[in-house]
Amino acid sequence: MQIKKNIAISESGYIFNPSSGESFSINPTGVEIFNFIKEGKTYEEIEQLVLEKYNTDKDTFDKDYHDFIGFLKQYHLLDYGEKEN
Amino acid sequence: MAKKKINIAVTGLNAIDSPGPGIAVIRGLREAKSFDVRIIGLAYESLEPGIYMHDLIDRTYHIPYPSAGAESLMTRLEYIHAKEKLDVIIPNFDAELLPFIKLEKRLKEMGIKTFLPSEEQFNERHKIHLPDFGKKYNIKVPHSKAIYSSGEIPGLVNEFAYPLVVKGKFYDAEIAHTQDQVYTYFNKISGKWGLPIIIQQFIKGNEYNATGLGDGKGNTIAAVPMRKQYITDKGKAWGGISIDEDEILEMTRHFVGSTKWRGGFELELIKDFSNTFYLLEVNPRMPAWIYLSVGVGQNIPEALVRLALGEKTEPYTDFEVGKMFIRYSYDMIVDVEEFHTISTTGEI
Repeated sequence: MQIKKNIAISESGYIFNPSSGESFSINPTGVEIFNFIKEGKTYEEIEQLVLEKYNTDKDTFDKDYHDFIGFLKQYHLLDYGEKEN
Repeated sequence: MAKKKINIAVTGLNAIDSPGPGIAVIRGLREAKSFDVRIIGLAYESLEPGIYMHDLIDRTYHIPYPSAGAESLMTRLEYIHAKEKLDVIIPNFDAELLPFIKLEKRLKEMGIKTFLPSEEQFNERHKIHLPDFGKKYNIKVPHSKAIYSSGEIPGLVNEFAYPLVVKGKFYDAEIAHTQDQVYTYFNKISGKWGLPIIIQQFIKGNEYNATGLGDGKGNTIAAVPMRKQYITDKGKAWGGISIDEDEILEMTRHFVGSTKWRGGFELELIKDFSNTFYLLEVNPRMPAWIYLSVGVGQNIPEALVRLALGEKTEPYTDFEVGKMFIRYSYDMIVDVEEFHTISTTGEI
């Protein structure tokens, strides 16, 4: 699972999908996770980075991460290649 | 070396809430890199805003309504040509295209070029014939039917599910959720545009458009897809963004290649929730948002004029994605003398 190559994100968290013309706004944590996925990091790597930085636990991270992935799927921002997290 | 100057007549100067494409076309022509222009406006009514935009239009003439017939139009064009030595005419209204297509040969003999679809192309893409058009060219279209009498409305329930779209022959479309609404819209739209009325199955989804230019030999000279971002209560795009959607570009090339479309056009599309694109309409001319094509690097009005003049025109292969157009309205202050002049003499 990867972010589609043509999807652009600004520093302020504004995502633009050039295929559909749709745009979305996400919060700073979302931007971090979005960029981690874009860099090709695995679920485990992202989990470790988030738990180190934020005062949260594995279960909460897991739920929020999958909610976020659900949002990315719903708006067709993901590409399913060989690398499946 | 000075660029050659071309005298181009343009219609569709009604830059109103449901704008004609003329002003956007003229802006593209004024920015052409390969020629300079003198713009002659052709107007139907004295309050078309373009008449008073003297920075865009050098001189404007009244022309008769399409209902007056091709001969009446020809007489007026002969008069205008005698004064202005027109090189090219770009008509921009659906309703006037057929008279101009019929006059194409005679205009050419006078030295005036156009670049329009053939009469056959114009007719077969008409919304009345859209189901046959879709079948012939293998393009997905929603089910639709032309009706000629309100007596046919009760029978629609056998073919369509509500809501459905009630469309005028040339313009206007309303979504009807009940049979009563179909009667209302049938009377309203047929009163304005005549018969038939087209009934089309409503498809829920996102609206997309593509504008482009075909060279008449099957080659796509330009193609720009756009997603509407702000739609007025008349269904017009008041804001939109250029997008990079391969499927739309592919549909556009398929449309041009299979019909050998000649001239500018706009495809109106809808993507349903299964991500299938349907063609809702083919507009046989450039759209009012054509200036977006200029803004993203494909000057379609310029390329159309080059094709009309028989000049070699390379296809555009690229455009900027994520450029928006945002339309606005603007009050001009005009001396009543100007209004009197165009109203009484038919030219200004």
